[in-house]
Order: sequence, then structure tokens, then C-alpha cells
Amino acid sequence: MGEEKVELKITIPKSLYDKIKEEADNAGFTDIEEFIRFVLEQLVESGETGEELSPEDEEKVKERLRALGYID
Amino acid sequence: MIPRPHGGRLVNRVLTGKRREALLREAEELPSIEISYERLIDLMDIAHGAFSPLEGFMVQEDYLHVLYDMRLSNDLPWTIPVVLDVDPEEISGVKEGDDLALKYNGEIVAVMRIEEIYGWDKKEYARQVYKTTDKNHPGVAKTYNRKELLVGGEIDLLREPSHPLENRILWPIETRVLFREKKWRTIVAFQTRNVPHRGHEYVQKAALTFTDGLLIHPLIGWKKPGDYRDEVIFAAYEALIKYYYPKDVVVLAGLLMNMNYAGPREAIHHAIVRKNFGATHFIVGRDHAGVGDYYGPYEAWEIFDEFPDLGITPLFIREAFYCKKCGGMVNEKICPHSEEYRVKISGTKIRRMIREGKIPPEYMMRPEVARVILSFKDPFVH
Repeated sequence: MGEEKVELKITIPKSLYDKIKEEADNAGFTDIEEFIRFVLEQLVESGETGEELSPEDEEKVKERLRALGYID
Repeated sequence: MIPRPHGGRLVNRVLTGKRREALLREAEELPSIEISYERLIDLMDIAHGAFSPLEGFMVQEDYLHVLYDMRLSNDLPWTIPVVLDVDPEEISGVKEGDDLALKYNGEIVAVMRIEEIYGWDKKEYARQVYKTTDKNHPGVAKTYNRKELLVGGEIDLLREPSHPLENRILWPIETRVLFREKKWRTIVAFQTRNVPHRGHEYVQKAALTFTDGLLIHPLIGWKKPGDYRDEVIFAAYEALIKYYYPKDVVVLAGLLMNMNYAGPREAIHHAIVRKNFGATHFIVGRDHAGVGDYYGPYEAWEIFDEFPDLGITPLFIREAFYCKKCGGMVNEKICPHSEEYRVKISGTKIRRMIREGKIPPEYMMRPEVARVILSFKDPFVH
């Protein structure tokens, strides 16, 4: 038996819908619902921070924070 | 959990290394305009991601959506237009699709790819953003003084002029890394342009009771005459934190951003910006970002009902006062006593006492804080 499902009705702008549909078609998803579910799962589960920060850049940030006394 | 930036990705348009060197060389050959200090601040806020998801100054479609719907054209909440104004003669010979060098004090600071040049109705801007066309409103007055055309397009920041308080300023990527280092999962941000009195302390501590950390985020930028100078605000907060806050629960960092005094719209703007800095909660004050009597005392709270998709939780904490019967700082929700026992903490009254060189009573302001403020020869902006 599969996991319990809930039905969610959302309203989005037509322009966004068109873009999502195009992306879904290009990526080979069978329908837009499958694509949206995939994207949401990725977003929630990946723990993505939305920050593009290389380890070197992160170290530079920490150096500045140390220099300013924010971290030890 | 530290929220993702507004729009999902933290914008970074600060060029470094070889790309920066190459673009700087190219920029020398480009047509250029001189920008004001306020637009420079906008530019830095865009480039460092404080205004994520904006990648540049707004094109007309976003501008009009923000003006009338308080959302970007992709439906993301956004309430204050971020636009670059120019005089027609400044950009004669420049057309859409061209690159334009932006200069501050004669030095190239950024390059902008011009997507669109368009006109604007400043009176309509004032009506929508400030809810008034009265020139006595400081934001309206500034709007009327701006130039006749707007230029929209993405920017790349190439140089950052030094700032006297640059060591007090943190950018979103820095606060985000800092919060992770501190292992804070919930962070409440407090916007201020004032020195702290007991009412502020009460509100901050009430919020901090429920979160891992507190970001005290004074605005550094243009202020109106009579406001406290930035360095005074920092020194006053340092005294408060030193004597009255537990260690390691507070971050005091400056936010380089313009103040518009746009009341409710600006409350939303302030919340979005704090989300980009990694805050999960945002304290919205009574008459937040208001000036004079242009906005109702709770309008800045009510507007949040229109933005369930903001991605940061507003905290509406009522104004604190001292109650002689309760014997401490309280607010009207938790104090049953009548007006005769209540002593309001008036910023105006405190300001007057400071001007006269007097230390306000302890129920209004911590003496350590007052002494620090009074140690400045002139604590106010002129």
C-alpha cells in the first residue's frame, strides 16, 4: 500500500504555468504534476541553502567574521 | 532552519578576480552616468543579495507590478520599487541593449546592461508607495527630486567605495554563514534606526524567548535630520548587549540600506530583506517605518495578511510601557491596569533629554546606554 496522499489545489500565474509545462516537457516528465512533485521533493529534501558558495569562499567569509569578532 | 533566500537563490553580482579586471577595462570605454549615494546603496544591496531575487534595477514590467500589485512580475512579494533614475540628456546616444558604466564620485563602480529605458509618473509612485502626494513626507520629497527617466537592467558590481562603518556591515552570505556557525535554527531580526530604550529591549527579549538568536540590524544609510547618527546607535547597542544580554544570543550588524519611510509597504520590504539575511522571524513595530501621521498605528501589521507567501514570520509585539502597579515593562495585552499607572516610553522625550545632556530615568533607558550616547559631542543627524 502506498503512502497516503493529500490533494492540494493551488493557483499560479499563467506565465509560470507555461514555463513549468515547458520545463516538464523538455525534461521528459509524463505530466506537469509529476514534475512539480519532483521539484518540491528536491527542494525540501536536498537541504539546499540557495547560496552559491565554494568552500574557499566560505572560508573567506569565516575569516572576515573572525576578524570582526563574530566567531572565534 | 535558515530560510532560502527570497526567490530561492541568493543573488551575487559582485565581480571578482579576472572577470572583474576585464570588465573594469571594458567599462572605461563605455558611456557612463554618475549615480547618487542612495543609488549606490541600492546597487550594493542588489549585488550582495540583500535584494534577492533582484539582479538589477527594475524594468517597467516589474516596476508596474510592484507599484500596483506589490509583487514582481513572477508573483513574488515585493513592495518597494528599486529603480535607477536618469536625465534624458545623461543617456542621449545610449539605447536598450547597450552597456552603461555607473560611476560614483567619478569612479566606475558597476556596469549595467540596459534592458529598458522608460518614463514614470512620480506623483503616482508617491500615491501608491507612500499613500500620499504630500511633499512634506520625506520619501515623497525625495521621489519628486528624482530624475525623469528610469533605466532597468542587470548590474555587475566592480568596486565598493569604502564606508566609515564598513567593519560593522555584514552582507547576507555572511550572516547566513554566521548563523550556521552558531547553530541557530530560528533567528528573529529587529530593524532599527534608533538608540535602544527599555521598550525596544522588552520587545527584543520577548521575541528572543522563542528563538535561538536575535539579529539587531540597524539601518545604515540616509536618515532624516534629528535621527541618531549611525555610530551612536552602534555604541548604544554595544553597551546594552554588554550589560543586559546573555552572551552568544545576539548579533549586532549594520545593514546598508536606504530608509524610505513608506510605512506598511516598507515593513514588508524590511521583512523580505531580513529573510535574505537568513532570519526566520521579523519584529514589526507599531507604525513600522512610518513618519508623522501618514499611516495608521497598526497598518504595518495588517498588510502582512496580504502576504501569506512571504517566507518569514512577522512578530507583532505590542508597544511596551512601564506599569507602576506591575512594577516592570509590560504591554497592553498583559497588563490589566489603567492609564494612570502606565508610563509610556517616548523616543521624543528621550531625545529631548539627551539634547539637554540629561540621563533619562532608568525605566526609560538603561543608564549605561544613556551615558554612551551622551559621550558623543553631537549624537544627531543634521
